[in-house]
Amino acid sequence: MSQTRIVEVRAGILKKNDELARALRARFEQAGVYVVNLVSSPGTGKTQFLERTLADLVAAGIRAAALVGDLETDNDAKRLARSGAPVRQINTHGRCHLEAEMIGDFVGDWDLSSLDFLFIENVGNLVCPASYDLGEALRVALLSVTEGEDKPLKYPTMFNSADVALITKMDLAEACEFDREAAHAAIHEVRPGMTILEVSSKRGTGMAAWMTLLQERRAAWQSHAKSVARP
Amino acid sequence: MHELSLAHGIVEQAAEAAVKAKAERVVSVQLKVGRLAGVEPGALLFCYDLVAKGTPLEGSRLEILDLPLVVWCAHCLKEVELPGVQSFRCPTCGTPCGEIRQGRELEIASLEIEP
Ligand SMILES: Nc1nc2c(ncn2[C@@H]2O[C@H](COP(=O)(O)OP(=O)(O)O)[C@@H](O)[C@H]2O)c(=O)[nH]1
Ligand SMILES: [Mg+2]
Ligand SMILES: [Zn+2]
Repeated sequence: MSQTRIVEVRAGILKKNDELARALRARFEQAGVYVVNLVSSPGTGKTQFLERTLADLVAAGIRAAALVGDLETDNDAKRLARSGAPVRQINTHGRCHLEAEMIGDFVGDWDLSSLDFLFIENVGNLVCPASYDLGEALRVALLSVTEGEDKPLKYPTMFNSADVALITKMDLAEACEFDREAAHAAIHEVRPGMTILEVSSKRGTGMAAWMTLLQERRAAWQSHAKSVARP
Repeated sequence: MHELSLAHGIVEQAAEAAVKAKAERVVSVQLKVGRLAGVEPGALLFCYDLVAKGTPLEGSRLEILDLPLVVWCAHCLKEVELPGVQSFRCPTCGTPCGEIRQGRELEIASLEIEP
C-alpha cells in the first residue's frame, strides 16, 4: 500500500454563498433598503402576511417590494402583486431554498435606492433555508397556531437562526386550542430572548406592532449598518 | 434536501485543494459538521458518492466529524457543551444561553491524499 498524507484545508462549504451574501448585504446597505427574509413551512401564511404587510406599507407611503421564491408556480407572486407593490417571482424549479446567487440575479437591474423595504418570501421549508444567508438584515421565522406548539423544537436550526418569530393565524387560536405559553416557551428554548409577535393576517391583529417593529429595526440598522454576515 | 448542493460544494472545494497539494489521489475528506449546521449526515454521505462519480474525488471516503453545540453560559462564566440542540440552557445551572461558540461549522478540515 502506498503512503498517504494529511493536508489541512479549512474550506467552508457555503463559502460561495456567504461571499455573495456579503456583497449583497453591502449593496443593500449602500442603497438603504432593509431586507427581510421570511421563512416557514408551506402553508404557514407567509404570502398572506406579506400581502397585508405590503398593502399597509404602501398605504403609509413607505416604499416596499417583494421577491418570492416558489417551487413551480407564480400564484404567490400574483397574490402579492394585488398589494400594489413591485413583486418579482423566483421560480426555483424544485429547489428547496433560495440562495444568495438567485437574489443577486433578481435584484441585478433593480434600482434598490428607490426602496425602503425589500421582503423575500423563501421557499416553504423549515430545514434548508436556514443555511443560506441571503444578505438580509432581518430573518423572520413564522409558525401558525395550527402547526403544533413544539414545532420550534423539531426545527431548532431554523428557529435559532431567526431574529424574530411570528405566530400567525391567531384568529384560529381558540378553535385549535392553541397553547400560547407552550409555543413561546418552545421558541425561547431554542432561541433565548427572541422577540415574538402574534398576528392574524386575516383580521389584521398584530399588524400595528409589526409595522412598529419594522420601522424601529430599520432605524437602528441605518444608524449602524456595518456589513456583518449572519453568524 | 439541500445535501445534494452541499455535496457539490464539498467535491468542488476538495478537488481544488487536492490540485493545490499536488495529490494523485484523494483517499478521504474530513468534514466538520456542527450540530446546528442543518445537515443530515446520512443524506450527505449518499449524495457525496453520487456527486463524486466521474470527478477526481471518485472513490474517496467522506468522513463526518460531528461537532457538538457549545454555548457561553453567562452565569457559570464558561463555555458549556449542550447535549442536544433542543434546549439552549446550561446543563449545570439551567440559565438560557444564546451565545453560540461552536455548532454551525460546515467546512472541510483536511484531506487524506496520495502520495
Ligand atoms: N384563518 C387564517 N388563515 C390564514 C391566515 N393567513 C393565511 N391563512 C390561510 O392559510 C393558507 C396558506 O397561506 P399562505 O399565505 O399561502 O401560506 P404560505 O405557504 O406560507 O405562503 C391559505 O389558505 C390562507 O388563506 C390567517 O391569518 N388566518
Ligand atoms: Mg407562499
Ligand atoms: Zn451555567
